[in-house]
Amino acid sequence: MSNDLEQFYEIFFEESSELLADMEACLLRLDVNSPDLEDLNAIFRAAHSIKGGAGTFGFTDMTETTHMLETLLDKLRKGELEVRSEMVDAFLKAGDVIKHQLAGHRGEGEADPAEAAAVLEELKKLSDETQAPPKQEPSNVQTQTDAPQEKPPVVTNSVPAPETLAKNSYCIEFSKFGLTDAALDNLHNNLKSLGSLQDKTASGEHDVCKLFLATDKSEEDVWETLAFVVDPEKLKIESVAANNAEDKVSQIQAKNNSESVIHDEDEEMSLDKMPPAPGYGFFPDAPAAPREDGSSDLVAKSSNQNADQRQAAKSSAKAAPAAASSEASSIRVSIEKVDQMINLVGELVITQAMLAQTASQFDPVVFEKLHSGMSQLERNTRDLQESVMSIRMMPISFVFSRYPRVVRDLASKLNKRVELKTVGENTELDKGLIEKIADPLTHLVRNSLDHGVETPEKRIAAGKPAQGTITLRAFHQGGSIVIEVSDDGAGLNRAKILAKARERGLPVHDGMTDQEVWLLIFEAGFSTADAVTDVSGRGVGMDVVKRNIQSLGGRIDIESSFGVGTRISIRLPLTLAILDGLSVAVGDQMFIVPLNYIIESLQPTSADIKTVSGNGRVVQVRGEYLPVIALHEIFNLKPNVTSVHEGILVILEAEGHKSALFVDDLVGQHQVVIKSLETNYRRVKGVSGATIMGDGKVALILDTAALVMASQQEMV
Amino acid sequence: MAKTILAVDDSASIRQMVAFTLKGAGYEVIQAVDGEDALEKANKHTVNLVLTDINMPRMDGLKLLELLRKLSNYKTVPILMLTTESGDDIKAKGRAAGATGWLVKPFDPKRLLEVIAKVIG
Repeated sequence: MSNDLEQFYEIFFEESSELLADMEACLLRLDVNSPDLEDLNAIFRAAHSIKGGAGTFGFTDMTETTHMLETLLDKLRKGELEVRSEMVDAFLKAGDVIKHQLAGHRGEGEADPAEAAAVLEELKKLSDETQAPPKQEPSNVQTQTDAPQEKPPVVTNSVPAPETLAKNSYCIEFSKFGLTDAALDNLHNNLKSLGSLQDKTASGEHDVCKLFLATDKSEEDVWETLAFVVDPEKLKIESVAANNAEDKVSQIQAKNNSESVIHDEDEEMSLDKMPPAPGYGFFPDAPAAPREDGSSDLVAKSSNQNADQRQAAKSSAKAAPAAASSEASSIRVSIEKVDQMINLVGELVITQAMLAQTASQFDPVVFEKLHSGMSQLERNTRDLQESVMSIRMMPISFVFSRYPRVVRDLASKLNKRVELKTVGENTELDKGLIEKIADPLTHLVRNSLDHGVETPEKRIAAGKPAQGTITLRAFHQGGSIVIEVSDDGAGLNRAKILAKARERGLPVHDGMTDQEVWLLIFEAGFSTADAVTDVSGRGVGMDVVKRNIQSLGGRIDIESSFGVGTRISIRLPLTLAILDGLSVAVGDQMFIVPLNYIIESLQPTSADIKTVSGNGRVVQVRGEYLPVIALHEIFNLKPNVTSVHEGILVILEAEGHKSALFVDDLVGQHQVVIKSLETNYRRVKGVSGATIMGDGKVALILDTAALVMASQQEMV
Repeated sequence: MAKTILAVDDSASIRQMVAFTLKGAGYEVIQAVDGEDALEKANKHTVNLVLTDINMPRMDGLKLLELLRKLSNYKTVPILMLTTESGDDIKAKGRAAGATGWLVKPFDPKRLLEVIAKVIG
């Protein structure tokens, strides 16, 4: 069966990572002074669930850590211990350890046993500081299936029986009601065969039998011997230390004195009882408890009832209305399946567009039904596409949730006091983007903390509250999602950046706008940090951030005010799979220009076009001279129009630079499904991908940013 | 007709493993993620056995047990607690709430089937 288990590993890994993340989030928002019981419970549940899974899959190291975590958490939620900040730290560390262990099992690196041992030790110490009696040893983790837990719960007073062969002593007490003399004798004999038996039944007791048994056997064996004969409800086995066993028995004796009464054969009371078996048990009088061989009438009756009830259940289930509205329930689907679906829907959209184009050639009056069918198909396709795309959408909280920890750790390292606020965590964006945005965002948050927010002393001196604030905000704007990282720190220092840029030989001058100056920090190797710390300031980072954002089709902007704060905003397309584009025609070819780069399109007069030094052409648009990119020249096509004023100029903006794209004609606005050109063909300069148009032809999607940058360089 | 088992666990890995094991043995399996979900599904389907975790968000296994036992068609349906908690305390609580029996996690699939076979044959 173990091989079958492996297919569930992946689910367990994912689930555990999520649980760990939840746990961390709860820990971070936990107020040590007045801990929220709900949070404690949630943390406990997370640890508990991980432990359960880890145990099932045999990841003992994880079970150990989670068990220790659980033990301490249990004390906290029961109020046996007060929450202290060391505990939160220890929990966080334990979370890290589990994460590493998880990664280890996933085959992504190796967990450090020493690290785990240290955390275990720490947790144990914290947990032992309670006034309450110490709970079970952590080493018991894997022994849940051992004897102590296997006792049927009806044995309420019992103490775990040691597994060893050492002499055990038991006080046995049970009701004689329903037992024949012969049965009692038989029982006595059976018990005698286990060890030395003493009858301690007082003379006055008529319905109770008390025995004292010293035996090599475990409590379970004793139980087993008795359980088939005696009503387990009325059976009590108490393990006693040999020296005080006698006392106990006599105590019991003293309380009762009656005479034994023999009853007729009446097996009805001997409800079936499962002998204790590893790791499970049944409550004898519970509904639908299983029958053993030779089951009593009572059980048979109850099982008949059972059948009746099931019958009733069937009929009433039919009649029962679908009760209670279904609340959030979810299924886990692999991302490949979703992607495949998105692809198929993409194909469907193309097919639909093709059909629509063919249908449009038919007379709408004669083929009215065809046309109404086509418009219905179009609506349905669009709805389907939207809902399929929404599957890939995830709330940005998946990324945001990691930052409280980052900020917490970093702030304490830098001796700064920082509060992290998040706004719009529920804003959704494509899963692919979520994964790729995390690293750049981490850079930005770390930068804000290191360079932005000042030390408490400096802040107080500047008349600000000692605690700084970093705000993460996400919201939708048009077809994009905007993510902002802002701080109320010192702001960017214009003079310093300019000085640094000069030092590095960058082309700068004092007349540059603030916006242009701020963008300098995205240059490779640029850092204005006075001292290089191990947090940031090594000059790698911002340029990488910018590159990453751009590769996602996004752009990054900075606003900053000296002494007040800095806000960096990232603007990203909602999804990587579909793009809003303008289709433009050049000759017999069609190209797609991503809509978010387009500012406007215009038909220039010939007077606006200027030719500069040789082949370069610029167009004057509202006092600005923009380089003209002639698409037919780049792709070596035969255009329908060659002079700019006969065609159309599409004004593009990328990375703060504007250029004018010269095309024959504008065709229309489409939502296109992006197909990778690289995987289907090869990488082509100036092209970021391809799509299939309604007529089945392939149209290339322009890499607008690259085209604009290339045209700017020609200008220089 | 195959017997139907309602498997309730907030942990997807455990739940799916249970479902996989049971399906392999020829049972129909309905999965629920917590007590509330289970209660709703119990109302919609005819179930021969309920296998529930105890520690779950929203509604825990004990509450589920209690509420199920209040439904006329679940008075005698076997309900097994599947739990990592092995103390007598939780078992006593489960028993009071109307559980048929208990099974500790971690369990191995063979034992799960064994126990279930004992209950619903």
